[in-house]
Amino acid sequence: MRLLLALLLCIASLPAFAQANQQADATPLQFRDAGEETRFHALASELRCVMCQNQSLADSNALIALQLRREVLDLMREGRSDGEIKDHLVQRYGEFVLYQPKVEASTWLLWLGPAVLLLAGAGVVTSIVRKRKPQALPADDGQEW
Amino acid sequence: MKTSRWLPLLVFVALAMLLAAGVWMSRKPDRDVLPSPLIGKPAPAFALPVLHEPTRTVTLADLKGQPFLLNVWGSWCVECRVEHPVLTKFAESKRLRVIGYNWKDEPADALRWLEQFGNPFWLVLADVEGRSAIDWGIYGAPETFLVDRHGMIQWKHVGPLTDAIIANELLPALQAIEGSR
Repeated sequence: MRLLLALLLCIASLPAFAQANQQADATPLQFRDAGEETRFHALASELRCVMCQNQSLADSNALIALQLRREVLDLMREGRSDGEIKDHLVQRYGEFVLYQPKVEASTWLLWLGPAVLLLAGAGVVTSIVRKRKPQALPADDGQEW
Repeated sequence: MKTSRWLPLLVFVALAMLLAAGVWMSRKPDRDVLPSPLIGKPAPAFALPVLHEPTRTVTLADLKGQPFLLNVWGSWCVECRVEHPVLTKFAESKRLRVIGYNWKDEPADALRWLEQFGNPFWLVLADVEGRSAIDWGIYGAPETFLVDRHGMIQWKHVGPLTDAIIANELLPALQAIEGSR
């Protein structure tokens, strides 16, 4: 029991290994107009936070996410396109930052896998249904259920 | 008839193998670490002030010519404290220049930290704003980069350095770049 508790404590302390300076200054980003804000939010929700890996850049409170949000806004103001901004981050942090990975040879399985599985499932269902067809349905004897 | 009888078992075995493969692939303790796309590429250009001499600016060009180790740290970073004795021991071996990259830190706090624990660094660069850190793909201290004499990033480690990592990863990488000159 004590061992179990110790183990649990160890597991609970694991996230502490991922260090992020949490004392972020919380000045919100200032947008020039609504269009800029919409574009920024769309972009930030498509980018993944590199520190807390299950959150988008828009959702995360980690310091690095704050920093990257600023970077994204600065790049937008430099007149870069969404694609250029994403490339900018991919060059530095890798494909990981994209929630939607690029379609290329290494990601075909990822993109097409679900469709292939769905088709395979449909195939199985069709073959089962076809096999059953020849067996006539039991005649409706009018019995009430 | 016979094959259809075995089909569910086959599907189950296939799924179990897929699951086992997933578990096997995530066996490494550093599975959360992002592989850096910068390895084998030129280190990003930067011009950063020196922590101890804020008026002096150092660029990547100033550091070329000999390989160096760039260690990202901050006085706010708890794991950097854990790493500190390991890094100090390595720096004292004088194998190569160990350069500190003080990331998003108050210079006064950083100086106090070095005074308290000792300064293992040949030079400490201060990136208070953290703009250059984005070019390096830095996302959490401590991180350590090995840059060769041409300014190419050859190796990177995310998380605190340990004696084992230095012996098994850093030193072989260093030997490889020294052998290829």
